[in-house]
Amino acid sequence: MTARSVQSVSGALKLLFNNRLTRVYGAATCTQRNKSSYTAIPPPARYGGRHTVTLIPGDGIGPELSKHVCELFRFCCVPVDFEVVNVDSTKDSEDDINNAIMAIRRNGVALKGNIETNHNLPPSYKSRNNLLRTTLDLYANVMHCQSLPGVRSRQTNIDIIIIRENTEGEYSSLEHENVPGVVECLKIITRTKSLRIADYAFKTARAQGRRRVTAVHKANIMKLADGLFLECCKEVASGYPEITFDSMIVDNTTMQLVSRPQQFDVMVMPNLYGNVVSNVCAGLVGGPGLVPGANYGTDYAVFETGTRNTGKSIANSNTANPTAMLLASCLLLDHLKLHAYASMLRRAILCTLTETRLHTADLGGHGSTSEVVHSIMSAVQSTGPRTLSI
Amino acid sequence: MASALRGSLVSLVKGLSGPQWQLLASRPLSVSAALCGPEAPPARADATFKVTMLPGDGVGPELMTAVKDVFRAGDVPVEFEEFRLSEVQNMASEEKLEQVLTSLKINKVAMKGVIHTPMEFKGELASYEMRLRRKLDLFANVVHVNSLPGYSTRHNNLDLVIIREQTEGEYSSLEHESVPGVIECLKIITRVKSRRIAKFAFDYATKKGRSKVTAVHKANIMKLADGLFLQCCAEIAELYPKIKFETIIIDNCCMQLVQNPYQFDVLVMPNLYGNIIDNLAAGLVGGAGVVPGESYSGEYAVFETGARHPFAQAVGRNIANPTAMLLSAANMLRHLNLEYHSNMVSDAVKRVIKQGKVRTRDLGGYATTSDFVRVVTENLRHRPVR
Repeated sequence: MTARSVQSVSGALKLLFNNRLTRVYGAATCTQRNKSSYTAIPPPARYGGRHTVTLIPGDGIGPELSKHVCELFRFCCVPVDFEVVNVDSTKDSEDDINNAIMAIRRNGVALKGNIETNHNLPPSYKSRNNLLRTTLDLYANVMHCQSLPGVRSRQTNIDIIIIRENTEGEYSSLEHENVPGVVECLKIITRTKSLRIADYAFKTARAQGRRRVTAVHKANIMKLADGLFLECCKEVASGYPEITFDSMIVDNTTMQLVSRPQQFDVMVMPNLYGNVVSNVCAGLVGGPGLVPGANYGTDYAVFETGTRNTGKSIANSNTANPTAMLLASCLLLDHLKLHAYASMLRRAILCTLTETRLHTADLGGHGSTSEVVHSIMSAVQSTGPRTLSI
Repeated sequence: MASALRGSLVSLVKGLSGPQWQLLASRPLSVSAALCGPEAPPARADATFKVTMLPGDGVGPELMTAVKDVFRAGDVPVEFEEFRLSEVQNMASEEKLEQVLTSLKINKVAMKGVIHTPMEFKGELASYEMRLRRKLDLFANVVHVNSLPGYSTRHNNLDLVIIREQTEGEYSSLEHESVPGVIECLKIITRVKSRRIAKFAFDYATKKGRSKVTAVHKANIMKLADGLFLQCCAEIAELYPKIKFETIIIDNCCMQLVQNPYQFDVLVMPNLYGNIIDNLAAGLVGGAGVVPGESYSGEYAVFETGARHPFAQAVGRNIANPTAMLLSAANMLRHLNLEYHSNMVSDAVKRVIKQGKVRTRDLGGYATTSDFVRVVTENLRHRPVR
C-alpha cells in the first residue's frame, strides 16, 4: 500500500514536479499533497442518480438469492447497478478476495452472500469473510431481530438490536503452538476499538430512540480483556445520560434470551459473543432465513444475511428463504439514501410474509423461493405508489 | 358539513399528488418491468417518467420535435417538461434558470439542445450553458464515438469513449486584465475534481466492460496543473487492477486519433482538451449530427448531442440530422431503466442508417429531417419476433 507512487507516469516527470512544487509553494504544501493522496477515500460511484454496488454472490444459496435481488431491483426500477465479483472459495490464492475488496473500495457499498470457509485447509488459509471485514475495517456488525406477526415462533414481541465488534477479539487470527501440544489463541481487546464500538452502539440507540444498552461480557473470567471492554462501554455511557446502561455476563445472557428475550433493547458485545448471541436471536424470531445483517465501517458498508451461513445443503433447490437477503438489500437501499425504494420493497416483503403467508419450508410453508419472489413482485405492483391516479 | 368534509378530502388527495408523491411514483413502476422475466406480472399502463427538456438554440427545437415524434410513435412512457432557455433569443433570465433547476430537482433527468453562447463579452463571463452545468455540478461529459454500420468513413468500426471534466480547468470564467494589455486567464485544476473525473472514467470502463483508460494531458508544459491531474488519474488507476492505464500528451493524442484511432478505448481529460477531442472524434465517424453525448453529476443526468453546435444556419431548413439526438434519447431511456424502448429507438435509427436509402445532407443524402424521422418511426415496430 505504501509503495504506491506515480512511478507509472514517469520518474523524471515526478522529480521535476516535486522540485518545482517545493520551489513554488514551500515544503509544507508539498508534503501535505503527497501525504493526502494515499489516504483519501475515492468519491462514491454514483452518477446521474444511479449507484454502482459490488455484488459478491458467495457460495451455497448466495448466488440464487443474489439473482433474485437483481431481478427484484430491476422490476422496481431501483437506480442501482451491480458489479458482480465472484470469489472462488476453493482456490488457495487470495487474488479473488483481494479483487472483491478492491471492488468494495471503489464502490463503497456491497451486498454479499456468505463465502464458504473450509476448515480442513492449512491454517494459513484465512476465512475470506473475516479477511474482507478486517481489511475494510468494517467494525460494527448490526443485526436487528424483530418478531414478525406472520411467523410462528416460541417467543413474541422481540425487538433487539445486536451490535457486535467485528474486527478484533477472538477473530484476530493469532494462534500458535509454543510447545508441542500447547496452542495459544490470542484474543485482542483494544481500548480504541472498544470505545469505537460502544460509541457506535450508543449513537444507534439514540438515533433509533432506544432506551437501554446492554453490554455483554465475561469479565468475571477474562478480567483484563473483557474488563477493558466493559470499562470503555461505561465511559461512553456517561455521555448518553438519557440511555440506561447495564451489563450482563454472556452465559446468563443466552439463558435470559431464550427464556425472556423481551427485556433486551440494544446489545453491544465483542466479536465471538456477538456471533453466538446473534445466532440465538435469529433463531428466536424464526431462523436464519429471516434476519438481515449489516457491517459498517467509517468508509464502507457491506450487507449480508444476519447469520452468516452458506446454506449449502439447500443450494440450487429453490427452497431457500429469500427474506433475509432481500431485507439486507433494503438496508443497502437505506444506506444509499434511497429510502422510498427501501420502504416500498420492505413493505412488499413483509406483506408477503404476514398477509399472503407464503412461507418457504424453513418456516413450515410450502412455497418455493421463486414463488415468494413473485409474490413480492405482485405486492410491489399492487401496493406501490401510483402515478397521478388519485 | 358534507361539502366541507369533501373539501378537506379533496385537499388531502391534492396534497398526496404533490411533487413529492410524483417523485416517488414515476420511477418505480415502469413498462420495462414487464420484460424482466417471463412470469413477471404485467406492468401498469399509467406509469410515466417525467423528463425536463431544454431545446436550446439553432436546430435544437427541431431535433426535440423529432425525438417527441419518435417517442409518440413508439408509445414510450416519457413525458417532457419543456423550458425555453436561450441567450441569443433573449429568453434567458435568472428566473428561468431557477425554474429549470426546480424541474430537474424532481425529474433528475433532462434532454438538452445547445444553448448558444455569443462570443462578445457583455459583462458576464459565464454563459448560461456554463451556469447550468455548474449549478447542477455536471462534472462528467461522456461522448461515445461509435461508427454507424452502413455509413462508411475513413475509419470504420470505431468504438471509443471520451470522458471530459467540464466544471473547472480553462472554463472557470476567471479572466482579468492585470495591467492594460495583459490578460490573465486562470486554469484551475483541483485534486478533488480530478480524482472525481478519474474515478468516473474507471467506473464507466468497469461498467461497460472496457479494458483501457488513457489520460490525456499536457504535463510537459503545465507541470503543476496537468501534473496534478495525471497524478490523480494514476492514483485512482491503482484501484482498478484489471483496467490498463496509459497516458498520452494532447498533441500526440490528436495525431494518433486521426492516424490510428483504434488504439484508444476510454480517454479521460480536463475540460478544454475534452472539448477539442470530442469534436475531433465526432468528425471521425460522421460529424456533429451522429454522435450522442451525456453529462452526469452525482444526482443528475443530462442527455445531449456529442459535439455541441447549435447549427444556426440550418434553422427552419429541415436539413438537420436528428441521429445524434435520437441516439441520445435512446441512451436516456436506458438510464431510466426502459431498456426495451431504448433498444427499439436505437435499433430503428441504426437500421435506417444501415439501409442507406434515407440520409440527411451531412451524410451525403437528399432527405430532409422530417423524412428521416418518418422512416425511423416506420422502422420502430419492425422487431424480430422472439
